[in-house]
Amino acid sequence: MREEGIQTILINPNIATIQTDSRFSDKVYLLPITPQYVSKILEIERPDSIMLSFGGQTALNCGTSLFRNGTLNKYGITILGTPIGGIERTEDRQLFKEAMQKSSIPVLPSSPAYTVKEAIDIAKKMGYPIIIRVAYTLGGKGGGVAHNEYELQEIVHRGLSISMTRQVLIEKYVGHWKQIEYEVMRDYKGNSIIVCNMENILAMRVHTGDNIVVAPSQTLNNYEYHMLRSAAIRGTKEVGIIGECNIQFGLNPKSEEYCAIEINARLSRSSALASKATGYPLAYMAAKLGIGYSLDELVNKVTKKTTAFFEPSLDYIVLKMPRWDFNKFENVNRRLGTAMKSVGEVMAIGRNFEEVIQKAIRMCETGKLGLVENSGFTNPQEEELEKIEYSLLYPDDTILFQLVRAIYNGITIERINELSSIDPWFLTKIKNIVEMEKKLRSIGLDFDENIIRESKKLGFSDRQLSSYLNLNEIIIRKFRKKFGIEPVIKQIDTLAAEWPAQTNYLYLTYGGDTDDLTIPKRNNNAIVLGAGPYRIGSSVEFDWGTVNMVIGLKENGANEVSIINCNPETVSTDFDVSDRLYFEEISFERVMDISEKENYPGVITCVGGQTANNLTLKLAQNGIKIIGTQSNDVDRAEDREKFGKLLDSLRIPQPPWKKFNNLHEAFAFCRTVGYPVLVRPSYVLSGAAMKVVWDDHQLEKFIENATIVSPDHPIVITKFFQEAAEVEVDGVGTKENVIIGSIIEHIDNAGIHSGDAMMCIPPWRLSRDIMDTITNYTNKIVRSLNVIGPFNIQFLVKDDNVLVIEANIRASRSLPFVSKYIGVNLINLAAKAMLGKSLPKIKDQWLKTSGFGIKVPQFSFMQLEGADIVLGVEMQSTGEVACFGTSFYDALSKSFTAAGYSLPLCGTALITIGGQKNKEKLLPLISLISSMDFKILATEHTADFLENNGFIKVQKVYKISEPERKPNIIDLLYDRKIDFIINIPATVTMEKYLDMLTDEYQIRRKAVEMGIPVMTTIETAISFVKTLEWQKNNSTTIIPLNNYLTDNEINRMNQ
Amino acid sequence: MVGYTESLTDPSYSGQILCLTYPLIGNYGVPDINILDEFGLPKFFESDRIQCSGLIIHKLSDIASHWSCVKTLDEWLYEEKIPGIYGIDTRELTKIIRQDGVMMGIISSSKNKLEKLDASAVLQKDRYDNKNFMQTVSSKNVQVYGNSNDKVIVLIDTGTKFSIIRNLLMRGYKVVQLPWNASFNQVMSIKPKGVVISNGPGDPKMCQETIKTATQLIEKSIPTLGICLGNQILALSAGADTFKLKYGHRGQNKTCMNIENNQSYITSQNHGYGIDPKTLEMTGFEPWFFNPDDKTIEGIIHKDKPALAVQFHPEASPGPYDCTFVFDKFTEIIDLNKR
Repeated sequence: MREEGIQTILINPNIATIQTDSRFSDKVYLLPITPQYVSKILEIERPDSIMLSFGGQTALNCGTSLFRNGTLNKYGITILGTPIGGIERTEDRQLFKEAMQKSSIPVLPSSPAYTVKEAIDIAKKMGYPIIIRVAYTLGGKGGGVAHNEYELQEIVHRGLSISMTRQVLIEKYVGHWKQIEYEVMRDYKGNSIIVCNMENILAMRVHTGDNIVVAPSQTLNNYEYHMLRSAAIRGTKEVGIIGECNIQFGLNPKSEEYCAIEINARLSRSSALASKATGYPLAYMAAKLGIGYSLDELVNKVTKKTTAFFEPSLDYIVLKMPRWDFNKFENVNRRLGTAMKSVGEVMAIGRNFEEVIQKAIRMCETGKLGLVENSGFTNPQEEELEKIEYSLLYPDDTILFQLVRAIYNGITIERINELSSIDPWFLTKIKNIVEMEKKLRSIGLDFDENIIRESKKLGFSDRQLSSYLNLNEIIIRKFRKKFGIEPVIKQIDTLAAEWPAQTNYLYLTYGGDTDDLTIPKRNNNAIVLGAGPYRIGSSVEFDWGTVNMVIGLKENGANEVSIINCNPETVSTDFDVSDRLYFEEISFERVMDISEKENYPGVITCVGGQTANNLTLKLAQNGIKIIGTQSNDVDRAEDREKFGKLLDSLRIPQPPWKKFNNLHEAFAFCRTVGYPVLVRPSYVLSGAAMKVVWDDHQLEKFIENATIVSPDHPIVITKFFQEAAEVEVDGVGTKENVIIGSIIEHIDNAGIHSGDAMMCIPPWRLSRDIMDTITNYTNKIVRSLNVIGPFNIQFLVKDDNVLVIEANIRASRSLPFVSKYIGVNLINLAAKAMLGKSLPKIKDQWLKTSGFGIKVPQFSFMQLEGADIVLGVEMQSTGEVACFGTSFYDALSKSFTAAGYSLPLCGTALITIGGQKNKEKLLPLISLISSMDFKILATEHTADFLENNGFIKVQKVYKISEPERKPNIIDLLYDRKIDFIINIPATVTMEKYLDMLTDEYQIRRKAVEMGIPVMTTIETAISFVKTLEWQKNNSTTIIPLNNYLTDNEINRMNQ
Repeated sequence: MVGYTESLTDPSYSGQILCLTYPLIGNYGVPDINILDEFGLPKFFESDRIQCSGLIIHKLSDIASHWSCVKTLDEWLYEEKIPGIYGIDTRELTKIIRQDGVMMGIISSSKNKLEKLDASAVLQKDRYDNKNFMQTVSSKNVQVYGNSNDKVIVLIDTGTKFSIIRNLLMRGYKVVQLPWNASFNQVMSIKPKGVVISNGPGDPKMCQETIKTATQLIEKSIPTLGICLGNQILALSAGADTFKLKYGHRGQNKTCMNIENNQSYITSQNHGYGIDPKTLEMTGFEPWFFNPDDKTIEGIIHKDKPALAVQFHPEASPGPYDCTFVFDKFTEIIDLNKR
């Protein structure tokens, strides 16, 4: 848009994304994408047009509403790209079906249902299994496969409740068919191209977001490929797409029978993948088509001279692997199906399937060295075979490793195919890897260069080899270099080398003899390590950091800056962000490979989250120059013992903690400091890695069940403080001084993971004394660790005492939040510092701004079937939003709305509180609720308590587990008679880890599924209700991002 | 990535070593040649045998997985005695060809490095440019497809693909296939509604007899469609010149723009020669399609005669079906001509 001289306004409450940096658009509104907020902005800004297809399903739905309620018409705003009719033809299942039939594309028999009864009747006629799809939702949310009437009822209830149109679609289920997708670009003249096609390895049965996907398709022949390609073009023409869309087909693996499943009339996750897989910048091109260009008027961004009207030819294979984080959740159903559950993904590029699948597994960073490395599956018992077969039939996140097990146990490819619906082509390739593993194991130290070369071609890492051959990784590296077994650099040039292309989009492979380019040695080059896949705890904020670091380095005198990253969803993997992009593993081996090719420039490990940070020491030990804080100082902060000693020497208090090799000593320690304690094992058998433990018995049980304690695997136990405030500091260290970006206060008490806590800048409860102490401690720690670059320190404030929890010498999750709030890009400052430049004097910037900034986490509990929503010390949120406001509640009410909470002005509240203390604490709040005209429902004990305390109008409701007692919570939930729920477990952390009260859990689960807000901590309950109270008499402000800085500050920064 | 069975059996590749840029080949094996379409033509093949002289790929699939598959690519090449080689860095080879142009090549199974002299002797002996392939690719007999009695199209076979025949049959014509050197009178003796000059290998100037027949077809206003080699033959017959491209256009993703309506299409192409645009002016033909990247002519249409031709493959196979309208246009011209 900017290239065309068009002014743009971006609306997005996602604080952490690079998108909402002010440099990319003329104005940014960090506000909820809801019709109410967007229409207010439209009223103020009066834009000429609006783009709906770039912000996913949320933006599309919001735009559709704005069209329907006449807002767009009222202000004379044109929709750029696919017109509303086209959107409706893709979103409304019946219109979609008609459009497909008009363009002679088969669709599966299906029928819409508006009630559960209708759904049951349709399913009876159609026969089970059937699939339930929900219109206008994201990621298959709410849908599912039903094998019987019972399952059908469950899913339809859920589906109807979240569908914008109160409609679900009942459709024939073809789980074993191939799932093939095409990415289509189409301009207003009707010129159409297919940018990429993709094949889902786990067939139709698993949602594409959770599927393992290859591009291009591998098992289609020419006829099938082009049959579907033509159908894609016909279908999108009929629908009336302008710009980009994704069309999904099912293809019978035994014939040429096919059907269209759906069209996404917007940029989607698949589009991002297709973009990265081909080097064709789909979003950029779609934007140009939206403002009226035709494809033939545009130029291929890679060759810069050939036309953009072409279909990329690939001379490599890419594989997308989802990243799941089920371990973080209690009770979660890990089964993969029609609703997406993954939280991120990686993309691997290579020249054969074996290479990319092994790369992708490593890129996911789940601790696996590749497809194979889990030893010993010999002599299976009958029972085990059955188990394996079951796991093939009902895949979960371990499906690939189950395939390996199956092959190890002699189950034939045919049988595996029958059970898993995975094409034998993929299975055979997986078998090749298993065979090579067997060979490597048997050959042991008799290996030679040939077997090493062969295994490298099949994607084996040095670490995998070192584990089979019982050698150090470095020795393997030296050995293969001696024989010239090294990867080559290949370019992604969109045209399979047919035209000369000066592209900097690169990958490494063992499938070739010659590098596509050689990199001349230049001074002041740098490599920035990205963060790998999005996952819980490491998400878009590190993309923000990576991109800003590259820009900062370039602005401050670095020559050429390369990025290594493997996440197709990021901006850092756009090939025009850096001088060279290596779409590669962020592993020691790969970083070394690339460093060699790049003539050993300095490496930056402090913006890529934990993944990159963890490589610091090893890279430095192997001769790589680390730019920023030196590796031994990073280690002094990371290593608990070293850090503890440092704090002691600085006389800075910390919560009592100790490392233990045996249980006996641990008991003694716990009794001395007093329970509860936080236990962190270094080796985890299953489940979460951290737990709060409340007594001896529980400690013993946890250690027995979940971990091993030995000198090799010590556990760390820390005193856990209840009712303490948690505070963080983000800043930048330089040789001369320490710049504090801000002190951030958590709204939740300590015990909720910092990633899940609501946060506020500036602190709203801390005294000046406490802030001074925090500033003082920060300066001391940062100075003595010689920090050059970003840092984050976490504190506990308990009864006016400040204790240090930990220090991270890297960019933190909250850095974009702080940077945007204070209007100073801290990563940019860090880049300056790391290049040895001095920084402007910035002091207490966070106190000079007006208003408040509040960050609220975004959860995905709806998608994670079964997961309990009670928060704890393990992080569970999958994203975050932040809004700024002139007052605390102004900011908070916007943030709540942006995170998807509906804020009712009146209605009904369900209250169920565990524990006498909690009940007493919440009394004032409940009286506030009732004074606000909310009807109060409460469960038996809570109701009795309230009645005894003078609340007369409380209605008693009964547990889900007692369905015969009415009024029952379940009925009220289904009938949408409850507007919000306050559900506080007796002691947040305790109940979660002791015997969870299933009834409470069921309330929370059902509420989440019905989209009803549930508050599970006292602090959130208070903040939520007070926000409701505030908005009775106030309305939220609509102000763009830049306007929160005081004029003084803007002037000062412009100088 | 797809289309190797179609490409390998395309007579246009006769005399050439085919190097595929996609690294993984053979995934879906080789289908049964007895799987026929509704007209009795093999569905996945473009002629009855492998036509190219050799195949170069990066990785040969060790499994052939498809419901239609009866053998592996390796087995097929072996049966047809066509050498293939895998394990080659085909991207690097592509770059060499891009820089130096298409060149003569040898596939050798020798363990030792080939002596330069021996190699160049072999390479000089049998140069592609000097060869007339018509004897090998054109069928010597008259062949008839379809059973329509009054709607007949003559197909002059300079190495035709089955898919061209299929596209004519789909439009309700009977197809009489004549050898490449069929004379004008021979063609007219069939009383065709129109004539198609097919694709084929080699330098178009080698097809003098076809060129001569084409001249008369245009002169006598017989509706004529040229495809690929047929496009070059029509241009030559009208007095234009052709030239050899540095490395040709080969692939399923080639862009073409229709000058008539400014629409763009993705086409399947396989040609090493092109029409010299400067020489087209006095011929009565004008450009119809062109390639926006290198501006080469991809189709011509006659100003006042019912003659048209495309350099790309409207019949696809392998490749996209976006331009099958070329056949529709041809049948429209036939219908107009009748009136």
